[in-house]
This record gives sequence, C-alpha cells and structure tokens, in this order.
Amino acid sequence: MNFIETHDVVKQFASHLALDRVNIEVPEGKIFGLLGPNGAGKTTLIRIINRITGPDSGSVLFKGKPSQPKDIYQIGYLPEERGLYRKMKVGEQAIYLAQLKGLSYRDAHTRLKTWFEKFDIMPWWNKKLEELSKGMQQKVQFICTLVHEPPLLIFDEPFSGFDPVNAELLKNEILELKAKGHTIIFSTHNMASVEEICDHIALIDHSKVVLAGEIQVIKDRFRSNDYELTIQDGLTLRKLRLSKDDPAQSNSAFVTQLAQQYEIVSFAERIPSMNEIFIQTVS
Amino acid sequence: MNHLGLIIKREYVTRIRKKSFILLTLLMPFLMAALIFVPLWLSSIKDNKAKQVAVIDQTAEYAPLFKDTPAYHFVQVNQDLETYRTQKDKSFIAFIDIADDLLTHPEAITIYSDKQVPKDLSDQVTQLLNTYLKDKKMASYKIPGLKKIIKDSNIHLNIRTIKWEQDGTESESSSKIAALIGVIFTMLVYMFILIYGAMVMQAVTEEKTSRIIEILVSSVKPFQLMLGKIIGIGFVGLTQLFLWGIMIFALMGGIGLFFGIDTGLMTASNPMAITGPMTIQPEASQILSTLSTINWSSILSCFVLFFIGGYLLYSSFFAAVGSAVESQEDTGQFMMPVTLLLVFALYAGIYSIENPDGPLAFWCSLIPLTSPIVMMIRLPFDVPTWQIVLSLVILFGTALGNIWISGRIYRIGILMYGKKSSIKEILKWIRYKGD
Repeated sequence: MNFIETHDVVKQFASHLALDRVNIEVPEGKIFGLLGPNGAGKTTLIRIINRITGPDSGSVLFKGKPSQPKDIYQIGYLPEERGLYRKMKVGEQAIYLAQLKGLSYRDAHTRLKTWFEKFDIMPWWNKKLEELSKGMQQKVQFICTLVHEPPLLIFDEPFSGFDPVNAELLKNEILELKAKGHTIIFSTHNMASVEEICDHIALIDHSKVVLAGEIQVIKDRFRSNDYELTIQDGLTLRKLRLSKDDPAQSNSAFVTQLAQQYEIVSFAERIPSMNEIFIQTVS
Repeated sequence: MNHLGLIIKREYVTRIRKKSFILLTLLMPFLMAALIFVPLWLSSIKDNKAKQVAVIDQTAEYAPLFKDTPAYHFVQVNQDLETYRTQKDKSFIAFIDIADDLLTHPEAITIYSDKQVPKDLSDQVTQLLNTYLKDKKMASYKIPGLKKIIKDSNIHLNIRTIKWEQDGTESESSSKIAALIGVIFTMLVYMFILIYGAMVMQAVTEEKTSRIIEILVSSVKPFQLMLGKIIGIGFVGLTQLFLWGIMIFALMGGIGLFFGIDTGLMTASNPMAITGPMTIQPEASQILSTLSTINWSSILSCFVLFFIGGYLLYSSFFAAVGSAVESQEDTGQFMMPVTLLLVFALYAGIYSIENPDGPLAFWCSLIPLTSPIVMMIRLPFDVPTWQIVLSLVILFGTALGNIWISGRIYRIGILMYGKKSSIKEILKWIRYKGD
C-alpha cells in the first residue's frame, strides 16, 4: 500500500508555476528518492506533504485517506536549510521540539537521552547550540527529526554538509530506519546515495514529473545495449566497448560468442547510473 | 493540537531566566534614583579651602564691603592690574577691579582671571554689593522711609489649589505634580511598547535567519507561533512592570519611614512610625498631599490596560515587519513609519500637558495608534470614564484586527527568502488564500 500519494497537485506562485499536476506514489516501508534539478519544485512538494503550505488544486493522500492536520505528528522532517535556536540549550530545545510534535515532556526527555547517548553527544546536553560544531548541530537536528518515531520521514538533502564518515553513518541510520519499517522520502542531488539506498524514485523537472518508478525498472528501461569487456591481448589487458548485434540475444549467449573471439578477463553490462539517467532525462 | 501554551511558556521562560533581565529589573529603580541624586550630591560638595581674590578698589568706597565667605577670601591690594598680570602671581585666582562709582557707572566693575571666572564668584560679588548700592540709591531720592515703603509694598501671593473630591471633601492638589505623574507614565508606556515590540521583531527575524522556522512550521501553525511570541514577550514586560511596582512601593514606604511622613501606606501597616530623624518640608507635604488625592488604583489599572492594548497593537506590526525581512539590518526601512508614529504620540502627549482636556489631547487619546501614550497624560486629571472605556474598546478592537492582518503577513513572510519584498507585495500576502 502507498503511504503517500499525490494526485494532480498544482501549486502556482506569483511569478511561476512550481508544480504542474504532480503525481507520485510512495510505497510504505520503502526508501523513495525525490530527484530533480534546482528549482524544479521538490521542496514545494515536500512542503505540501508536510502541510506547511497547501496545494492550489489536487490532493494528497496519507495512508489512503485525504491528508489532515494531525498527520503532521506522523511525519519527521529534516529541511535542507538546517538550524535551531542558537542561544538555547541543546537538550532543552530538543525537548521543546519533541513536545511540539506531540510527545509529553517525560517521554521526550527519556527518548532524547537514549538517542543522545547513541550518537555520543550526551556531554553537550546543557550547552548552548552555538557552542557545538556544525557536524554536531546536524546530529542534534537529525535526532529531533526522529524522536517522535514518525512512520514517515522526509529528508531534504540530508547528506549536504556531512563529511564522508558522518555521511556513511547517516546512510546506515537511514537503512536501519527502513529495516524498522519506516517509510522514507529523501530529496537529493547525490546520485551515489540514490544508487545505494533508494527503492523508488521520482524525477521532477520544471514542475512536472518526468520519470517515476522502481529503480531497477527504470534502469532497465535505460539499458542501451552497452557492454564493457576486458580482454587479455598478449601480455596487456585491453578494454573494449561493444554492443550486441541482436539486442534480444541473452547475455549468456553473447558471452559465449565473445569467448570464442577473445580471452575474456571480465564482462559487464554498462547499466547507466542514476547520474547518467538524470542528466539524460533533464537536458 | 494547540501548542499555544507551550510556545508562550518557552518565549517567557527563556527571557525571564536571562541574567540581563534579572539584573536590569532589580537594578533599574536604584539606577534611576542614583542618576538623580548622585549629580545633586556631587555638585553640593564644596571646596574646603577658600580661594584668594584680590580687590583693587580705585574708589576706596567699596572695598570694606567684601566680607569673606566660606569659598572666597577677599584681599585688598594696592598694586596695579598690569603688575599682577605680568607677575603671574598664583596666589590669587581672580582680580576684581572697580574703576569708578558704581551707581553712575554700573559697568565699571570687572573681574579678571587667567582661568574662566566661576559664575559663583560673580554671583557672590553681586550679592555683596547689591544691598549697599540699593540702599545708597534709595537714599539719594531723599524720601524718608523709602526703604520701608518699598518693602511693605512687596506682596507674595500664596495660591492654594484645592480639588473638590467626589465625596464632598476637599484636598490640596498641585497640577504640576499631576502633570509630572502623567509624564512619568507616558514615558513608561512609550518605552515599554518600544522595547518589547522590538523584542518581538527580533525574535521573529532570528527564527528566520537561523532557519529553525522551517521545522517549527511543520509542527505548528504560523499564527500560533506569532501569537505565542507576542503573548510570551508581553508577559515578560508585565513581569518587569510588576516587579518594579513592588520595588517602588517598598522603596516609597521605606523613604516615608525615614522622613517621618505618613504616606498612607505606613499608617495601615505601622501606626507607631510617625516621627523620624528628618523634619518635613512644606513642599514635601504638599507633594504628598497631592499624591494621595490621585486615584492610584484606577490610574495603575488603566496604565496596565493601555500598555497591554498598545503593546498588542504595535508588537503585531513588529512581528509582521520581522517576518518580511531577511536580517536585522533590513528592518530599518519598515521600522521608520512605526517609530515615527510612536514619537508623534509621545509629542502629542507632551503638548497635551498644557491642556489635558483640549482637542489634541482628546482625539489623540482615542485614536488607537496614539491613545496608550496620550491617555497617560490625561489620567491624573480625571478623565470621564466613558472616554476611557471607549478608548480601550477602540484600542483592543484595532489591536485584534491588526494581529489578524499581521498573522496573514507572517505566515508567508517567514518562508520567503532571497528577494526584498516591497510594501505592495507584502500587502498581497494578506489576501493570499490557502496555506
């Protein structure tokens, strides 16, 4: 079942059309990538799902039913531009934000302590936010996004600003969340991460959805009969790029055919990366 | 779910706890008292040593008049002025030179010094010579008993101002004191509205620049956020006023005890403490008598009500402005009209002192933008109740309407970044439907 569905959502701002009859389906328990060039309309769509702003027409379905105000308590949102109260103490702030999401003071306190310990930032509980490094501030904000254990998590450019080590931690955290049953939407330009963890994607360009569906299916669609072969030529290794004469031929048959011509060291189909698909679709 | 209480609580508690707030609130009454009394005290310290002043009297008539005072020691000298000047004798700080008969040539007296001649000295000289010269002049008319006649014809009027109380008693009043009370309350209202209104604006802009606003609006409706801020910060202001009220109350009671005056508060609590170490001045008793005629409970309650109304009205302006800009620096162009309004109100109030029931005062105390400030001037002069009620109704009605309008601007403005919004655009936000 789809956790989120949007039907023909339209959003017009004074100077431009941000979303033009956008339809997406986010299956429950999967990781959904929202892709697109800058200014395509991704953040606007996210804000509509978050009920920060409303569509001019069209509807949003939340677990099969039309979206209502109390749905926000089931959503955790990490915006692209991050920030918290600079002069407020970290722990106190986190509790305040958790309370705004519907948790009681006590619950918030207990859960936050657990999370802070897990991320090893407990010593910073009573410090003012501005005393923390940027990386730590991001961790705090990440925790605030999850503390109320929302079934739906929305991350807008989650990896921006993270060094490789922390980005890896974050990635694993997201996979762990998926394993626990959360549904995750994340918007990003980082195609490598899309490649690694997304199940479904939607590509938005100039306010329209230009590509959508399961990643494997999409990549399959973009297969272009492109193969890379590494062969032994005397003492050197050479790389060749080939195509099948008959696209319907199976890969096995193709390999057998090639093995008669060359000494094969490795054979692989060059399946387009999401990066390549993105560029190809958008330009 | 309604998070208004939670938001108000956060805005209130984070500000009350700040050291700067606690310090300022507790110290301010003392600071104000010190500001008034310390310069007074400093100026009253006199030099211990008397300064030497040389008197060169070419007429030989006036020299004996120069009696020593605690500050100056007059020495008759015979030498020339020029000699002293070239000698650079430091023992005299000034030289008084009388060249001719002062009755016929009043300009023939000059004081020389290599420093600026203190006014104190020339005042003293005038004092010393005046009586003698006056007597001499009167004698020259050759009218017998002239001096006594002039003295008797000096009349001092002692005008008492008495206010007729509602219950038929009379009490001595002083319009000056009442005006002063009015001015004090006016300044208080003006200051508080400005300071706390600015605090609201700063809070709104801070949430925008720190970007926390984005996650806040994913949990709470923008209107609640704005309202929570306005109310929370308003409570901080009320707390400060309340604390000051208590401190001044205690201070006045303490001063009353020290001066042995019955300020009315004391009799209730301590009937025995009537006399103290200091004696009462007649003006002081008139001041206190006036103070006791003023209807404190109604003035104070009006003050609080008008402050709340004025604060609600202006702070919602400030919230809207704060949401429309990118940073503190940009608030300038929008602040101007609002500040101008407040200053205009202040001046309207000050000009109303002369005529608290005149047209300027009357209309400005009803128009909601100026009423909190101008009404304060009028209050000690007994404003008819219907006017106060009408003014409050208009004020609160306008404030609520303005809060609604500002809410419409706020909800759009807080998420707008990048372009500088013109007034025209901002007005469009009010009508923008859906959110």
